[in-house]
Amino acid sequence: MSEFTPLSRRAMAARVAHDIPEGWVCNLGIGIPTLVADCLPKDREIILHSENGILGMGPSPAPEDVDPWMINAGKQNVTLLDGASLFHHADSFAMIRGGHIDLCILGAFEVAENGDIANWATSAEDAAPAVGGAMDLAVGAKRIWVVTEHTTKDGVPKLVSHCSYPLTAPGVVDRIYTNLAVIDVTSRGFEVVEIIPGLSFEALQVQTGAVLYRKEN
Amino acid sequence: MIDKRVRDVAEGLEGIQDGSTVMVGGFGSVGQPDSLIEGLIEQGARELVIVANNAGSGHVGLAKLMEAGRVRKIICSFPRSAGSVVFEDLFKAGKLELEIVPQGTLAERIRAAGAGVPAFYTATGVGTKIAEGKETREFDGKTYLMERWLPADVALVEAWRVDRWGNCDYRGSGRNFNAIMATAAKTTIVLARKIVELGEIRPENVVTPGLFVSRVVPFQSNVSV
Repeated sequence: MSEFTPLSRRAMAARVAHDIPEGWVCNLGIGIPTLVADCLPKDREIILHSENGILGMGPSPAPEDVDPWMINAGKQNVTLLDGASLFHHADSFAMIRGGHIDLCILGAFEVAENGDIANWATSAEDAAPAVGGAMDLAVGAKRIWVVTEHTTKDGVPKLVSHCSYPLTAPGVVDRIYTNLAVIDVTSRGFEVVEIIPGLSFEALQVQTGAVLYRKEN
Repeated sequence: MIDKRVRDVAEGLEGIQDGSTVMVGGFGSVGQPDSLIEGLIEQGARELVIVANNAGSGHVGLAKLMEAGRVRKIICSFPRSAGSVVFEDLFKAGKLELEIVPQGTLAERIRAAGAGVPAFYTATGVGTKIAEGKETREFDGKTYLMERWLPADVALVEAWRVDRWGNCDYRGSGRNFNAIMATAAKTTIVLARKIVELGEIRPENVVTPGLFVSRVVPFQSNVSV
């Protein structure tokens, strides 16, 4: 039995941040995606978008610098970078739905091998699920990356052949970062890009609810 | 002389009828006109249909109006959030109708109403529960969903500086739904954080031109931000 340590939430966020190139405009979902903001490489200019009308969000403010009028879509206080802009909700979602956002990083309950994502309702019976901007982002952003634990707390795979929860959008996910691996969603299904040290391809397959393929270089 | 200023909240809310569709601006606590929302309790209108991004939090503002039993239905994108206890209780008890709308579709339905566009097509929601019962159509090889405009009887908006013609600007992230809801209602009532002289907001910095605004209510300083 080999030894391995799954990535922490913070380490997962840092792993995603490492792959975002200079100049991209990115929207970060709630949960682990939000942590990406604090892990962005300092030597790259990456512009963060927020649904409630912000481009160019900076780091969280120190307690004495909180401006109660500046919050992000997760209702947390934020700062603005020089070069930031503010706008209303229709313009903000025109940016999203019009394909102007380079990348959206979302959390997920499930991702299917064909790129389907379920991240808004935990059951078909949930009559009051909170969708927020997830459906708009899932279909509107140029790329969708998901960051999530590889399985639920009970060990049930979150990467599956078919989603069982209600879909947020069909066929939109490009890449998945988990606490165990980085996986591309391709026309043939899940292709493993990298695995954390000490974990074998076969052991990763056991924790995944769909067939994994080795990335061909 | 054009002067849209009114004395207080009560005068600002005069004439709102039972069964009205009322838009409530703001996102989170920013730009939420709590004193206008709570003013509706005293004003007395019942069976209201509320359009807002969230379904209220704690026991203030929208949550307080819902708790007072004045809301028949809420149209929103994110009903459940930290502190949405009033919504959850009423919804569980079957005392509140709910229409969930993706946030971008909500914004665009409001914008469309303000711009006189009765319907539009969007990719958002295609292949999901949101699409059930809605018309779809293919454009250039891709499937889109038809969504209808969302006009209102009344919009309750909070702005930062407002002049007597109703020209508004907004502070920080306070534009959010305020700036689009202001365009989409028969009567738009603006809670003004500061009332300023004509010309004090430079023309190139006016975000909501006064033509969209019906009444300007001075901010009551005893209400928390």
